[in-house]
Amino acid sequence: MAPRTKASLVVGVVAAAALALSGCGTSGGSGSSPSAQPVKTEIGTGEGQLSILGWPGYVEDGSNDPAVDWVHPFEQETQCKVSFKPFGTSDEAVTLMRTGQYDVVSASGDASLRLIAGQDVQPVNMSLLKNYPDIYPFLKDKAWNTVNGINYGMPHGWGANLLMYSTDKVTPAPTSWSAVFDDAAKNTGKVTAYDSPIYIADAAVYLMAHKPELNIKNPYALDKDQLAAAVDLLKQQRTHIGEYWSDVVKEVQAFTSGSTVVGTTWQVGANIAATDGAKVATLVPEEGATGWSDTWMIGSKTKNQNCAYKWLDYIASPKVNAQVAEYFGESPANAKSCELTKDPKHCETYHSGDTAYAEKIWYWTTPVADCLDGRKDVKCTDYSQWTKSWTEIKG
Amino acid sequence: MAIQTQHLPPGSPRGSGGVPRAKANTFSALLHRRPRLRLAALLTAPAGWLVLVYIAALAALLITAFWTVDTFTGEVSTVWTTENIVTVLTDPVYQRITLRTLWIAVAVTVIDMILALPIAFFIAKVAGARWEKLLVVAVLMPLWASYLVKAYAWRNVLAEGGLLEWLGAPIGLSSPGYGETAVILTLSYIWLPYMILPIYAGFDRVPDSLLEASGDLGAKPLTTMRLVMLPLLVPSIIAGTIFTFSLSLGDYITAQIVGGATQMLGTVVYANVGAANNLPFAAAVSLVPIAIIMFYLFIVRRSGALNSL
Repeated sequence: MAPRTKASLVVGVVAAAALALSGCGTSGGSGSSPSAQPVKTEIGTGEGQLSILGWPGYVEDGSNDPAVDWVHPFEQETQCKVSFKPFGTSDEAVTLMRTGQYDVVSASGDASLRLIAGQDVQPVNMSLLKNYPDIYPFLKDKAWNTVNGINYGMPHGWGANLLMYSTDKVTPAPTSWSAVFDDAAKNTGKVTAYDSPIYIADAAVYLMAHKPELNIKNPYALDKDQLAAAVDLLKQQRTHIGEYWSDVVKEVQAFTSGSTVVGTTWQVGANIAATDGAKVATLVPEEGATGWSDTWMIGSKTKNQNCAYKWLDYIASPKVNAQVAEYFGESPANAKSCELTKDPKHCETYHSGDTAYAEKIWYWTTPVADCLDGRKDVKCTDYSQWTKSWTEIKG
Repeated sequence: MAIQTQHLPPGSPRGSGGVPRAKANTFSALLHRRPRLRLAALLTAPAGWLVLVYIAALAALLITAFWTVDTFTGEVSTVWTTENIVTVLTDPVYQRITLRTLWIAVAVTVIDMILALPIAFFIAKVAGARWEKLLVVAVLMPLWASYLVKAYAWRNVLAEGGLLEWLGAPIGLSSPGYGETAVILTLSYIWLPYMILPIYAGFDRVPDSLLEASGDLGAKPLTTMRLVMLPLLVPSIIAGTIFTFSLSLGDYITAQIVGGATQMLGTVVYANVGAANNLPFAAAVSLVPIAIIMFYLFIVRRSGALNSL
């Protein structure tokens, strides 16, 4: 080909590419006004399928443990065939929900408000759900499941992010989060932490107890200086971290092999580790803990609304809610579940219905610029700053 | 060229006595007369594919890097800004991560080169014809196993009380644990076949008579290696490095499985796409490895290595 033809070919290709892309760029923000959806007035027959996005351990069909199965009974009862996708962090849940491929999601407090603000979930008519009256009152109409008096879903259960340690390698048994912060050097290279920006709140909870002069009132409302202090603490911790985890199965494997001996976890991780034969114990340290309070929500683009409503009602029914709570290691949301757990002491162990205890846990919420603790004189750091700080901490 | 037409005398039966001819095909005649049209018909499909799938995707990435995202709702706002690019280039964290990723990619490439040269030489020049085939198959074998399976296998090998520790215990070595070293080891293992194959093909192309001639003229084996073999092999080695270097530069899966807390460019992109949901920033970060690879390809283009890929 002659050089001129070659050049004109290149120009042509570039021009075609530019043409293909000319539909992309605009010079202004995209503004969308919230559309008021008609809230459902009755539950019809199921559409035959339901795709669920949930925390691992919330949607068990017997494949992990044949004795743990509440998906098949649901399918038989409603004829809604379930497909399940687990996620490891709230951020992942928000991203996946935005694709519009999932009908229902179990959203923690740090995800639910973002989902509502992004119009990825729809208002739920709670009067259609038979089991809603049995839910503990202190879980209803909370900031993370209700906006402007409109309910967005069914409370599922709650719990704390715990400290887990290998009983044969960590002595004496830790009682404080200092095991992963100030005293982490004792187990250097074998400490683990949750791989999400929201873990900064765990450092803030620790600082609330050990550095009162920072005046942190709420671990999700940190001004610049308070965030810097938390980041410093986490950077010190970073030198002792062996692995960050977001996949609870991988974390358990590290505990079982001995690559990790101390770190943060969920009770479900401890339960799996115990069945794998690892010698581990968990506790809520003296400083208190961060935690989660989850809500089942319905995607705004769902085509399977009836199945979605049926799932929300089913998962909150006394028997199923007891099964989930016991398997995952959390407090059930349904007050009647406590009589149905296999372990009669389950609700005592997890302080279910103990409003005072529940209020001591700092539930995950999304940090925003308007301080959540009510301070008006400073700007707080928002989640994007937390995300950038988290990358910086990991280095 | 003009198409000849037959003038038949009236009344004579058609086709009798004349030279039998194929029926005139107007379409092929048209293409024959117009070379530009012919070229267009041949090139439109592949060029369209290239533009749509490859160039448009890269351009979309480039454009996305200049947008921002509303962190609370996660909506991408299409306001032009250079903030993402500036952050990636100036923030010390990302500079460190870029350098670390480069170091890992270079280390993997060098390790694979050192391992692949003797192996490829043995297969091409020392082993007999039957062994040669068997050994090539043996080199290709690991490629039949899934990437994930291999990475998780290394996770177990490197674990506390794993194979590496058990092997190293008698000589007082312990497993490096999960981290940068583990990533380099695992990636070197996974990409090794991609380095062996081009170098083996290169050795295979060096005629034996050339080596004999070098020996006849008084060169010692190492001198022959240095002055005859290596210059001929350079393009093949560079072809192998393109594979190992670019694949390591973009890796994010191995880093997550055996990297412990190690961050690479790939994991930062992954975290920003999956977790932080900041696509524009992820696009800005992903331009870094693209730029590095393009620069590398530009340098090696002159060596003729791209012809032996």
